[in-house]
Amino acid sequence: MTPANTVVRGVETPFQRVVSDFLANPVAVFGLGLLTLVVLAAVFAPVISPQNPYDLAQLDVMDSRLPPGSPAPNGGRFWLGTDDQGRDMLSAIFYGLRISLAVGVISTVCALIIGLTMGLTAAYFGGRFETFVMRVVDIQLSFPAILIALILIAVLGQGTGKVITALVTVQWAYYARTVRGAALVEKRREYMEAARCLALSPSRIVFRHLLPNCLPPMIVVATVQVAGAIALEATLSFLGLGLPITEPSLGLLIANGYQYLLSGKYWISFFPGIALLLTIVSINLVADQLRDVLNPRLQR
Amino acid sequence: MQSVVVLLVMSLLVFVGVYAVGNPIDILINPQADQAEREQAIATLGLDKPLYAQYFVFLGGALHGDLGKSFVHATSALGLILERMPATMELALSAMLIAVVLGIPLGLLAGLKPNGVAGRSIMAGSILGFSLPTFWVGLMLIMVFAVDLHWLPSNGRGPTTLLFGLIPVSFTSWEGIKHLILPATNLALFNLALLIRLTRAGTHEALLQDYVKFARAKGLSNSRVIGVHVLRNILIPIVTVIGLQFGALIGFAIVTESVFAWPGMGKLLIDSINFLDRPVIVAYLLVVVFLFIIINLLVDILYSALDPRVRITDSKG
Amino acid sequence: MRNSSLRRGLEGIALSLALTAAPMAAAADLKIAVAADVTSIDPHFFNLFPNNNIAEHIFDKLVQMDPDSKMIPGIATSWKTIDATTWEFKLRKGIKFHDGTELTAEDVVFSIDRVPLVPNSPGRFTAYTKAIISKQIVDPYTLRLKYAAPYPLAPNDLSTIYIVSKKVAANATTEDFNSGKAAVGSGRFKFVRYVSGDRVELARNDNYWGDKPGWDKVTFKIIKSEPSRVAALLSGDVDAIEGVPTADLARIKADPKFNVTSKISHRVIYFNFDHLDRVSPFITAKDGKPLAKNPLLDIRVRRAISKAINRPAIAERVMEGQAIPSGQLVSDKLFGNVPGLKAEAFDPEGAKKLLAEAGYPDGFNMTIHGPSGRYVNDEKIVQAVAQMLARVGIVSKVETSPMGPYAARASKQEFSFEMVGWGASTGEASSPLRSLLATYNTDKGLGAVNWGRYSNPKVDYLIEQALQQVDDDNRRIMLQRATELSMSDLGIMPIHFQYTIWATAKAVTYVPRTDEYTLAFQFKPIKG
Repeated sequence: MTPANTVVRGVETPFQRVVSDFLANPVAVFGLGLLTLVVLAAVFAPVISPQNPYDLAQLDVMDSRLPPGSPAPNGGRFWLGTDDQGRDMLSAIFYGLRISLAVGVISTVCALIIGLTMGLTAAYFGGRFETFVMRVVDIQLSFPAILIALILIAVLGQGTGKVITALVTVQWAYYARTVRGAALVEKRREYMEAARCLALSPSRIVFRHLLPNCLPPMIVVATVQVAGAIALEATLSFLGLGLPITEPSLGLLIANGYQYLLSGKYWISFFPGIALLLTIVSINLVADQLRDVLNPRLQR
Repeated sequence: MQSVVVLLVMSLLVFVGVYAVGNPIDILINPQADQAEREQAIATLGLDKPLYAQYFVFLGGALHGDLGKSFVHATSALGLILERMPATMELALSAMLIAVVLGIPLGLLAGLKPNGVAGRSIMAGSILGFSLPTFWVGLMLIMVFAVDLHWLPSNGRGPTTLLFGLIPVSFTSWEGIKHLILPATNLALFNLALLIRLTRAGTHEALLQDYVKFARAKGLSNSRVIGVHVLRNILIPIVTVIGLQFGALIGFAIVTESVFAWPGMGKLLIDSINFLDRPVIVAYLLVVVFLFIIINLLVDILYSALDPRVRITDSKG
Repeated sequence: MRNSSLRRGLEGIALSLALTAAPMAAAADLKIAVAADVTSIDPHFFNLFPNNNIAEHIFDKLVQMDPDSKMIPGIATSWKTIDATTWEFKLRKGIKFHDGTELTAEDVVFSIDRVPLVPNSPGRFTAYTKAIISKQIVDPYTLRLKYAAPYPLAPNDLSTIYIVSKKVAANATTEDFNSGKAAVGSGRFKFVRYVSGDRVELARNDNYWGDKPGWDKVTFKIIKSEPSRVAALLSGDVDAIEGVPTADLARIKADPKFNVTSKISHRVIYFNFDHLDRVSPFITAKDGKPLAKNPLLDIRVRRAISKAINRPAIAERVMEGQAIPSGQLVSDKLFGNVPGLKAEAFDPEGAKKLLAEAGYPDGFNMTIHGPSGRYVNDEKIVQAVAQMLARVGIVSKVETSPMGPYAARASKQEFSFEMVGWGASTGEASSPLRSLLATYNTDKGLGAVNWGRYSNPKVDYLIEQALQQVDDDNRRIMLQRATELSMSDLGIMPIHFQYTIWATAKAVTYVPRTDEYTLAFQFKPIKG
């Protein structure tokens, strides 16, 4: 079944089916709503934030560690308090969300592209190339992601680009394996035979015909992986091997506030913790339902 | 043989990588040292040779089971890691035990009653377990159970006794177990959530299979259907995941060990990265790769024991 | 309902456990959580703070330092110069090593000789012994050390060298020390056990020649994570912790179950300027284009930066009161302090004016570097400084990394403006002057940590003279002159002296130290 190309009036298109199936589960709808809010907050962070927490000139250490609701010098209030540099936590969370989501999504997309290309070409051409790629994938997947990322950061040094590189390196193998599995099944289908008989170029066959049919499981894996990447970045930041400290992601905000947990200044890590939690939970809720909707047989 | 290649490639990559980060002598040496002392120190650590020569010295040693001496500890890097390994293994095994003992029954429950209150709350809980960052949960556990309630110690490992006269373990005394509970729970959380979801999914699927329906139709008791037929069917994927996840546990132990000051090898790795103690970093990786190879082998053997249809010689995929 | 009764039951169990455990804690045992890993018990293997901290317990030195970093007699009861280049040390009679043999001048000479010979040492103590050209044992209790030139720092240097037993250590390796076989000293405590990365256990030496410590058994637990260390104290797992994070200070102080002691450290926290005539690596014009020359070469720019920094705000808000703003290298407790040399006053308007005069009316872009987790609140200080510089137009980015890779890059002049700390371990201003401000010169061993490559011949001359001046008063004046001169040049820019903070359970007190060491014998049980 190829997705959405012929629309017959009165009959559901596959897309409509997916949408209606998805909406059948109230928990998933809730997750989707939450995720939408989170994404909106991240995208419009500069508009809705009372302060630009990345502009050092706007911060003042004299405002540091104020509890939630304290008056701010510009006449407003620090609704969620401030951190140890005098950053407004609310603004910092919006901006942090932006960074976390950006890191998660960019690394996932890059990994997806690399993984898809490697997996599909491996499946299509087979032979030595396939053996080689799959060996690398096997080996890599047998290593815990945190370990690979840690070693990479140790070797590459710190910085946003390097964290993304590490996350991509960690993730691409998942996609390569998943897409190869799906592609091996699709390869034996008639439409592929047909495409080959038409003497279409390999790249055309792989990307125009094979790829779209392998996409559904990939979307599920990718959704889960975005959440995974965000969590992994947070952990790296916690271990002191992540992003620059003046532009904190959610993970870094939590790590910064971690040292204030015992002292009763809970807000410095509690609120970013909640934001991270909501983000990951909402992504996972959506992913869960997508998994059931897109492919009932694909269950981990 | 493939494993040997992996070991070689890994060691080379890390060797070059750590070399690129910086010269450890800059961190180690007394800043008041003069040039002669500096050169002497560089020579004693073997850092004066070109990189390829250093690597060959390392390889030569590795063939004789010597992975070099730690720059910082003056003892053999392998020895250091082996000394710390029992603590990490104990932690990882305890975490796995907690995950399995709690995860499979909870997953079964959720799978059998997917729409009940229990089933739904178990699934909601498992999403939380998936989503909460390990380090944050660790500190919360310390806050609640050690600082506020004073039930359990906040950190460290309890007294150890020698198992088989060789391996120091701490689970043999109540004090040791008390020290183990919080870090093991912390480390177990993610896998607990994973096992719950896996078991639920497997149960769900198994209940729809013909042979289960047939067993039911034959009038077998519910507990027998579940205990024998359903459980058997979901065991294989679970064993695979346990095997895979055990490796991840060893990796994620790095975080738990930092939070709970657990003297395992993950903590050693972080320290060694900070000191650029290359012999230890390389040795750590080689030991971990070796461990994974063994774990995979064990999983394959377990496979064939669980399911006679699978032979070890079968290739995967 | 059920839940609460369950909880009560569990609390009951916990309580009874606590009760049975209580008498054990009441015995004179002391558990201390320390912040950094001990890498070896061999006292000559690696000149590293946590290693020395343990060695202070097991081994003696010729000269000891009191809590204010003043020299007091140790193995040596007295020392004097007998001619321009020779020092004579009189040793205490009847000092016994832990194995019962007597400590004599032979052991001292053996220990000094051993310093440069320890195999595979990543960081030796040779800086403190290399000036000695010959050693003469006059009798078992008299030792003469000859230097090539007048050498006033001999006793200071020897206050860092631990004396090991010749009999035990003659053929011992570093591993033998770690296993305990060779860890035989004459110090207040005997070695019991060392578990790398976890703990060091010691027991009282009942034959110690001086005051015997009030503890039968001492355990140093290594807990690096700050909150975990605090949690260990709060939950009663340890009796004392070092390196109390300022974040938790208020809570611990407010709790009647704990004591907090703190003391100004010999460590100065400062920034290095790039003094090289080049395109500075992390400075650009506002539009991102490289600047033709390094603005930090201009004293007006350095002064502007110093004026832009609100040191009292950093001490109050970032350090939560646990620092004293500084305009020089050592605090008023130490030798060579310049009375009246104050920290630069906060003057952002003056800073802008100076920048304009220097030709940077709009400022420039700069990246500030700093270590993470090395000094108290290091990352926070760097960020606060970045904020303050941003307000006078020097738009600053901040990059931090662990001390290892950080020091490696900084010592290669890869940065423009970076934060470091320096502890005057010999207890006087000559220590920072010769390492941080003397012109970089590997042959003389001067300026080894002069990462900014500041150079002023007048300062060099004063330092070199001071290093040969045996007369204390003359030496003090030269050190003060060198300090004044280099500070008016802003060779480096001091921020503050940090406090070292310890927290203990109520039943224990600590006599805090300038040198930051956490010494078990300075913890005292409170009777009652």
